Amino acid sequence: MKLVFDISKPGRSSQILPECDVPEVMPDAAFLRQSAPALPEIPEVEVDRHYNELAQEVFGVCDGFYPLGSCTMKYSPKVNETIAALPGFAKIHPLQPAESAQGALQVMSELSSALAEITGMDAVSLQPAAGAHGEYTGLLLIREYHLSRGDTARTKIIVPDSAHGTNPASSVMAGFEVVNVVSNAEGGVDLDGLREAVGPDTAGLMLTNPNTLGLFDPNITEICKIIHEAGGLCYYDGANLNPIMGVMRPGDMGFDCVHVNLHKTFSTPHGGGGPGAGPVGCKELLAKFLPTPVVIDSEGRFELSRPESSLGRMKAFYGNFSVMVKALAYIKVLGAEGIAETAKASALNANYMMRKLDDLYFMPYGQAPCMHEFVMDIAPLEHETGCSAMDVAKRLLDFGMHAPTMYFPLIVHEALMVEPTETESRENLDRAIEVLRQIWQECHDDPEFVKASPHDAAIGRPDEVTAARHPVVRWIPEA
Amino acid sequence: MQAPENLKYTKTHEWASIDGDVAKVGLTDYAQDQLGDLVFVNLPEVGDAVEAGEAFADTESVKAVSEIYSPVTGEISAINEELFDAPELINQDPYGTWLIEVSSAELADDLLDAAAYLELCEAE
Repeated sequence: MKLVFDISKPGRSSQILPECDVPEVMPDAAFLRQSAPALPEIPEVEVDRHYNELAQEVFGVCDGFYPLGSCTMKYSPKVNETIAALPGFAKIHPLQPAESAQGALQVMSELSSALAEITGMDAVSLQPAAGAHGEYTGLLLIREYHLSRGDTARTKIIVPDSAHGTNPASSVMAGFEVVNVVSNAEGGVDLDGLREAVGPDTAGLMLTNPNTLGLFDPNITEICKIIHEAGGLCYYDGANLNPIMGVMRPGDMGFDCVHVNLHKTFSTPHGGGGPGAGPVGCKELLAKFLPTPVVIDSEGRFELSRPESSLGRMKAFYGNFSVMVKALAYIKVLGAEGIAETAKASALNANYMMRKLDDLYFMPYGQAPCMHEFVMDIAPLEHETGCSAMDVAKRLLDFGMHAPTMYFPLIVHEALMVEPTETESRENLDRAIEVLRQIWQECHDDPEFVKASPHDAAIGRPDEVTAARHPVVRWIPEA
Repeated sequence: MQAPENLKYTKTHEWASIDGDVAKVGLTDYAQDQLGDLVFVNLPEVGDAVEAGEAFADTESVKAVSEIYSPVTGEISAINEELFDAPELINQDPYGTWLIEVSSAELADDLLDAAAYLELCEAE
């Protein structure tokens, strides 16, 4: 479709500004630009149509089934948006005195306590703006801890090969070297490999549990013990918290530090680039290093305080506040029982789909029940029919469904990772199962048809290679 | 799937050609096929040390970011700068496109010959 600049015609601008009701002032010549800015000139109705057309080109949770694994694309209740938009929350200023923003600080204080309870941690910072930012913050806490003890030899972070790509990236950003450990045949951490990998240079371990295969690692307490005995600390990547919240706590498994993706798990629509929030929780031994400020409850009065050996600020002011309001509203509405029920329903939905598909699709780690997501390996289907994970994913679009996560985790070569979430009904799951079974049949009957899909989507198969090799990220007007 | 007889192979899908004590290192046909279209190759610098079994570079394809492990120990004497602008050369001609040249090169002792390597690919 055309860009807003392409449909511009000189002189066709909309008259939407009211008459000026204050005296005109001419700034100093030094501040004036030399030529007029190149703004598009379009009548109001065309502006409206242009943005409507753009809106129709996207696909969100409100359009249909969105089983994008590891992303938890569940429905976020709209009432939480209304609450976050209340003037008392939306129209405060980060520089106004704390005494005049007690309600906002109470939200932060109560959310911190709730997240500490859900994750089994002692203290929480709400500052990090997203998941990877939370990882980075947590790793800096681990670094500060070792350095404060004069232990400068701990330079390595252990990351399993099924980890989210952000884990090694955050480790490197935080100045650590990454040591990979391979998964065992059941998809969990290989304990012998882990024992070999640890030593006096181990700063810590980063782990998602359930992992990216959707499996809960049954050796989790042993894994944490191996790291602790080597003198390292354990970091829990909260990306997959959804199926265990209210049922099991990372702190009880042995983790020392955790981040939570509020935008995934606690009701902020995501996938459009933010804002999100990745609060970090930690055990007492790391609390004094947390970013400044934290909110403390001083006999019913809420104050901003700097932790004793704070590593400083991770973000301007206090983090993405509106995301915190939505998270607290979500947690309060669900309560302890509702949180646990949500988690169990997400696991039930994923297991239901997996078992209704495993006679046709190969589930490489399908022997055990999964948690919130499962991974299909399309390699056998590709071997038989020539249709790859990409082809199956593209064909799904014709049915008004978003594709699952593709080609991840890396240890499954033709992976389709499906996370139905708890907010889909039985009927929606049955429909998705029916569609996936139909596509399997189509791959056998008419593979070329599947390979040419989508037949019915706004965008078919973009040239990803050229887009990645020679990205055009900026519109430049013709001279 | 091809694997020329005159090269040595790692289990992680790199090849090495050796001429005296100078080795050239690249990615195998199987590796480029599994990775898919490469969009970026991140190479070390001339003068850097490489160690057999250790990662010395990484590559990004439309599917994934992957590390590349060295089949040799030695010092990098040249890098293939063409790859910065044209990573697709690896897809087009995996055995004709080297990534790094290593001097004072010592081959790892667990490298495979072509037949054993093809067997490994078959098993995967």
